[in-house]
Amino acid sequence: MEAVKKRNVLKYIGLLFSFLLALLFLSPFYIIVVNSFKSKKELFQNVLSLPKIFTMNNYKQAFKELDFLISLLHSLTITAVSVLLIVIFASMAAWMLERTKSKISNFIFMMFIASMIIPFQAVMLPLIRISGKLHLLNMGGIMFMYLGFGASLSVFLYHGFLKSIPMELDEAATIDGCSKFQIFWYIIFPLLKPISITVAILNTVWIWNDYLLPSLVINKPDTLTIPLRTFFFFGQYTKQWNLALAGLVLVIIPVIVFYFVAQKHIIKSVASGSIK
Amino acid sequence: MKKRNLSFWYFVGPILFAYIVIQLMPLLVGIYYSFTDWNGINSSVKLVGLKNYISAFKDSSFGQSFLFTAKFTILSLVILNAIAFGLSLLVTRESKASNFLRTIFFMPNLIGGLILGFIWQFIFTQVFASIGKILGIQWLQGWLSDGKTGLYGLVILMAWQMSGYLMIIYIASLQNIPPELVEAAQIDGANAWQRIKNIVIPLVRPAFTVSIFLTLSNSFKLYDQNLSLTAGGPANSTQMLAMNIYNTAFSFNQMGLAQAKAVIFLLIVGAISLIQVYFSKKGEVEA
Repeated sequence: MEAVKKRNVLKYIGLLFSFLLALLFLSPFYIIVVNSFKSKKELFQNVLSLPKIFTMNNYKQAFKELDFLISLLHSLTITAVSVLLIVIFASMAAWMLERTKSKISNFIFMMFIASMIIPFQAVMLPLIRISGKLHLLNMGGIMFMYLGFGASLSVFLYHGFLKSIPMELDEAATIDGCSKFQIFWYIIFPLLKPISITVAILNTVWIWNDYLLPSLVINKPDTLTIPLRTFFFFGQYTKQWNLALAGLVLVIIPVIVFYFVAQKHIIKSVASGSIK
Repeated sequence: MKKRNLSFWYFVGPILFAYIVIQLMPLLVGIYYSFTDWNGINSSVKLVGLKNYISAFKDSSFGQSFLFTAKFTILSLVILNAIAFGLSLLVTRESKASNFLRTIFFMPNLIGGLILGFIWQFIFTQVFASIGKILGIQWLQGWLSDGKTGLYGLVILMAWQMSGYLMIIYIASLQNIPPELVEAAQIDGANAWQRIKNIVIPLVRPAFTVSIFLTLSNSFKLYDQNLSLTAGGPANSTQMLAMNIYNTAFSFNQMGLAQAKAVIFLLIVGAISLIQVYFSKKGEVEA
């Protein structure tokens, strides 16, 4: 009886401690949101208090200067198309590589795996030079680049998942007269749905937040993504924190919305992608 | 036979092509460029042997950023994993409260490194200073104005971003421990600390391996957070390796030298990964 009581007390202390930690984790969000509603003068006087007068002016101006809807559209387009390309071509390749037992197939797979360790900086400079020559320094080009960079991890994840799908399925379909394309698209691809969700989420988070590659490839006013715009916007307003913070809150909102919509899938995906 | 071969290439070809153009070719060309006098402007390049590598090792800014990167990596390795493992012990049990707490701890992970750096720049330079002023605490003032607070700032930022992520890896591993094992130890009279030390930790060892190497390579390759928090300043005291390579290339136009540094960078990151593979194959405990 005593032991149970003691354990209960411990449990509540643990819970209380966890909630305090959670508050600490949330405090940066509180701080930027609160200060984004203040005037420049009020922010300067006190960064900890709630705003005395809520002003939406910061948001109005940040929205305009970030070209928010346009940047959002660029980010959405690049992310959606790139992720779609990765899901389609990585799953196709992984299926063939998993089902074909040959030296060349094995070699290609090992090559994909080995490149997971290549840091971006190692290929950055020649990549920009080569893609300049190939006319890839544009929106279409960056999607192609994401396909190239996303290949390794995505093929690896699909390959692992495909091992659990019995080969007999393929064979039965072949006997029934299906072509390779029919087998893949009608039978295999629908079975890959769980891993496709994982691959899509991992690549979405990476591409959405990516800064360095777009800064080198599509650094022109009419193709700026959210991270690029944020960078320029912030550089312009470091002395006007109220405005800069309103901008930061704006660009975080889509991420938070995505998180609350797909939370379960996101946490699961991120855990299974941790081998990288 | 021939037809089968052809369909193999239909399926593997497209992504292989993208991979070769985007990763493999630049990698090989890059290794070649590191032995030349390439400056990004002249189209003809000359082989110069090991000159770039020698300059890289003589370059004091490269050495300095290597030291800073190493310090940062070791600090964040210890701190991030300690926090993450602690959090995972607190919220492993399946309950509404635990789920809610996990959601919160994980949330910062999804926000891009660039934006995180800007958020914390405000907190360190404005909020810390203001709290320090009100409470009269000296060390809270002047954050990010020297290399030391720049280093701590970067570690705090990474702890906020990555702990929740590593926590998820630890939780997955903790939940795989058979409860009978822990109960049996309890009946045998093992206290909480003994249970953690002798049963839990050995069984989550694979998760430790994954998380430790994940922090190692993530911290080592850090760029975005570094750029937006301090931009390497003041006076390059917080410049990490990735930024040093970038600046060598784009601020000083020394492409050959930058590429030699990039190859050295690749070798270090590659070595870290190979050691990881060795360790994770070696020390796994069967539950």
